[in-house]
Amino acid sequence: MTTPLIKPPRKDPLARTRLPLLPPAARSRTAHGLTAAAAEGRFALQVCQDCAAVVYPPRDACPSCLSARLPFRDVDPRGKLTVETTVRVSPEPYFRERVPWRVGLVKLDVGPMVVAHLHGDTREGEVVCLALKLDRSGAPVMLALPEKDTPHMADDPILRELTCDPKFRRILITDGRNAVGQAMAKAFADAGASAIFVGIADPWKPFAGEAALKAIAGVEIVPLDLTDSASVDKLAAQNGGRIDIVVNTAEHVRPGGVIGGDGVTVAREAMELRYLGLMRLAQAFGPGLRMRGADGVNSSAAFVNLLSVHALANWPAYGVYSAAEAACLSLAQSLRAELRPGGVKVLNVFAGPLETEWFQTVPPPKVAPAALAKAVVGALRQGIEDVYVGDVAQDIRARLDINPKALERELGE
Amino acid sequence: MTAPPASARSSLRRSYDGVVACLPVTIPYRRYSVNGAQWWVGRALHDLIKGAGLRPKDIDGLSVSSFTMAPDSAIGLTQHYGLSPRWLDNVPLGGASAVVALRRAARAVQAGDADLVACVAGDTNHVDSFRKTLAHFSRFAQDAVYPYGAGGANASFALIAKNYMNTFGARREDFGKLCVAQRANALNFPHALMKSPLTLDAYMAARPIADPIHLFDCVMPCAGAEAFLVCREDTARSLGLPGVRVLATIERHHAFPDDPVQIRGGWAVDVDELWAMAGVTPDAVDFVETYDDYPVISMMQFEDLGFCAKGEGPDFVRAHSFTNDGDFPHNTSGGQLSVGQAGAAGGYLGLVEAMRQLTGTALGNPLAHADIGLVSGFGMINYDRGLSSCAAVLARPS
Amino acid sequence: MNAPDLLSFATAVSSGAIRVVDLTQTLTPEFPIIALPPELGQCAPFRLEEISRYDQRGPAWYWNNFSMGEHTGTHFDAPIHWVSGKDLPDNAVDSIPPRNFIAPACVVDCSAESAADADFTLTIPFVEAWEGKHGRVAAGSWLLLRTDWSKRDARAYANLKEDGAHTPGPAPEVVKWLVEERDILGFGTETIGTDAGQGHHFNPPFPAHFYMHGKGRYGLQCLTNLDLLPPTGAVIIAAPLKIRQGSGSPLRVLALIASR
Repeated sequence: MTTPLIKPPRKDPLARTRLPLLPPAARSRTAHGLTAAAAEGRFALQVCQDCAAVVYPPRDACPSCLSARLPFRDVDPRGKLTVETTVRVSPEPYFRERVPWRVGLVKLDVGPMVVAHLHGDTREGEVVCLALKLDRSGAPVMLALPEKDTPHMADDPILRELTCDPKFRRILITDGRNAVGQAMAKAFADAGASAIFVGIADPWKPFAGEAALKAIAGVEIVPLDLTDSASVDKLAAQNGGRIDIVVNTAEHVRPGGVIGGDGVTVAREAMELRYLGLMRLAQAFGPGLRMRGADGVNSSAAFVNLLSVHALANWPAYGVYSAAEAACLSLAQSLRAELRPGGVKVLNVFAGPLETEWFQTVPPPKVAPAALAKAVVGALRQGIEDVYVGDVAQDIRARLDINPKALERELGE
Repeated sequence: MTAPPASARSSLRRSYDGVVACLPVTIPYRRYSVNGAQWWVGRALHDLIKGAGLRPKDIDGLSVSSFTMAPDSAIGLTQHYGLSPRWLDNVPLGGASAVVALRRAARAVQAGDADLVACVAGDTNHVDSFRKTLAHFSRFAQDAVYPYGAGGANASFALIAKNYMNTFGARREDFGKLCVAQRANALNFPHALMKSPLTLDAYMAARPIADPIHLFDCVMPCAGAEAFLVCREDTARSLGLPGVRVLATIERHHAFPDDPVQIRGGWAVDVDELWAMAGVTPDAVDFVETYDDYPVISMMQFEDLGFCAKGEGPDFVRAHSFTNDGDFPHNTSGGQLSVGQAGAAGGYLGLVEAMRQLTGTALGNPLAHADIGLVSGFGMINYDRGLSSCAAVLARPS
Repeated sequence: MNAPDLLSFATAVSSGAIRVVDLTQTLTPEFPIIALPPELGQCAPFRLEEISRYDQRGPAWYWNNFSMGEHTGTHFDAPIHWVSGKDLPDNAVDSIPPRNFIAPACVVDCSAESAADADFTLTIPFVEAWEGKHGRVAAGSWLLLRTDWSKRDARAYANLKEDGAHTPGPAPEVVKWLVEERDILGFGTETIGTDAGQGHHFNPPFPAHFYMHGKGRYGLQCLTNLDLLPPTGAVIIAAPLKIRQGSGSPLRVLALIASR
């Protein structure tokens, strides 16, 4: 049984902060098929299209029939932990700091034998369920989990190392004025976050839900305006060293495409808040996050971007908005690479239209702010880096896979 | 047309009559070296040429094994050393390098493609080069093994050893017996890096590395080089060099892919052919040099090479003594476990030692009787198991 | 008539015989701006981005870029700002005759009334009562409404409720009267707009904007330190930036007062 995590004591101010180290990150190009699956929390291996053999480690030819047609497909993750060992000496600095470290051979029911990290509740000879996780390098690794959930299993040190569980972590939600920011604060409080800083711009403007937001245990309202560099810098200077997860809830949704006679004012506002706001946030909080990636139980863990799924494919009815979201996605990809040395993940959350005022005239299905917040907490607990929330987002994700050109046409109709 | 069965195949293979291996060379090992692999391989070539009274241009065949000579391969070394061979081989097979180099070189000499083949293995060991070798050992290791604790061969063999113990009832004491005997054999071997006596108690009390592997189950990475010469018997005679005869060899890669965890090596496929070609039975050999990175693999070699049945390795170890004065002399120079593992040269250690025992030039404890010896190689944990296995039955000069 | 003695004016300023009072709010990102429904175009708040500060971006110098709307911070409204003044001559900040940027001020103190009622509305009788004490509002003067609103914290200053802002301002008839009967140059306030917070419910909506700009008069907003001015006798210097066809501009507003 996993020993439940206890709330970490206050940090010894005289002790040097342990710097992040990374597990081995090198992977072959083919092995990044596992990265793609792990990024979305799927368990996929190569399956030969010619002979149906399930193949691992990733190959460029099927060992049964030499076919090169080896797409990654979701497969049954169950198997037996055939044999295990505990690594006590490792030449890699990352593991050297973390030994003893259990690894084992798992014989999957679908065929291959897999070297895997072992959750503390797995036992040699027993059935386990493999999961593909992204480690602190952002590289895909196999983790054997007990077949059935066990008490406090999320508190297992290896699992916690591979995920971004908000429990006992300190969160910054950048905009608490909107419904999403407020739902997020509630969800993180429920998830056991130890502090939730919620940014409020223009504090002279009252907003709906203000009293309820302030009443959430652990919530501390902080002045934060993502369109104002000085405001972002000031908050980072005050609190940057104790924020483990940044959740950017700033939104700027306006209907309309490119040609509409509105000039660039609205687009500029969108870019100012969303694109430049994200950049300000990353510039101000990124260095601290990257520095604190190994800072104990409540190390820095993640930077969460809430994005429209239309960042992936423009929706001309909200064309300017989609473009700003696409800019944020691109920036997030850069940020992801830049935070990786700290072992900090960038979680991109793609949602379809939300159940909020700005999508009032859009027909369902829409994503309720609470559902979005739940998905964010769930994705952090899983440690994934891309999540598609709601039917519209899933639909667009699937259609992009099949025929992006068809999607482009249909979104414009 | 289908391939003939293994039992019939030996009859199709030509013997190695008329070809010998001679002039065993060892460049004394060092724990760490500031020199590159090219320096170590160069030293070994130098000693080979000096020992044979030859000039570099007389060498017309070269076989090289090394993990650490990047970005060079064998071809770059020809210019580096001023050689102009007409036969060139690169044998990147780690623990299987020596026997594979020998059998290829022997065939080249036999066929007249080369007259004097220098077989050399050498590696350097810089501080931190072991970690880098592990990290980039193979694509599968990089993708699917090294990121899991980065335990390297220790962790991979720990899983194999644990599974073997679970399956066949081997105990740590059994592995310990082999290690203790090898250390005894090493005490008089001048090149051994570990020459303090080892007791079973000390073996059992050593610190764990990756359960059930403990410190004295592991080889010590180091720098060093080994070499020998392959030529016709008459050439050796004219050079005044005693030549070791090659009675039989086998080589097998990626055998038994369906074994969930490795419990045997490719020897088991070819063992009958080995003894049939050699024309002797296992009880005819006077000593055995196994590839010993981890004693569990030595135990598998006893089984797979016909000294006992599969699963009887533990009992076989309990029933025999393995020192040079014992009833089953094994790894007579101390093996890699006591001498050190100089990269690919570790694959040469047993063959070079066997050549010395068979020619009466042992550097450490000579055997009372050394007419026929068995040398076996094993190498290349590409993913979850060693892929290459090989063996050679050698005989003293006629 | 002798030519005015500008040198003695300058000497009086430097000696302190004429005091200079700064009526300008500091430009900061936090200072409230007009709050409109979000689907409408928005006035940009003041923002400052550092270009360099004696660093690798410019080793020996410090400077910033700033951005804001024409109606951000302490600012000037030109007639072209409102639809009622859109066709007037010289109605934009670049074409207003520069002599209009210097003018006397009448300061009407309704700070007590505003403190008592955030929706205090200036009426004709209130101004007439003021005239009873301080004399008739002179033609060509600024009429400045002192409410002490500038002393409030940001939230109380904007004073936004669910039905909009609640800040003091003029009734429609007093604006019309000030223009037609007193011929003032413009109307100035401490609040975010020249109109009352609830001014969009007046008839016409936003009467200060409608009448003042419709007759080519000006507005000054977000003033401060009006409590330091005498009811009459101060001279205001309020010169907006020369923006081509600009509807207004942030500016430094200064008051000159003769010391006693």
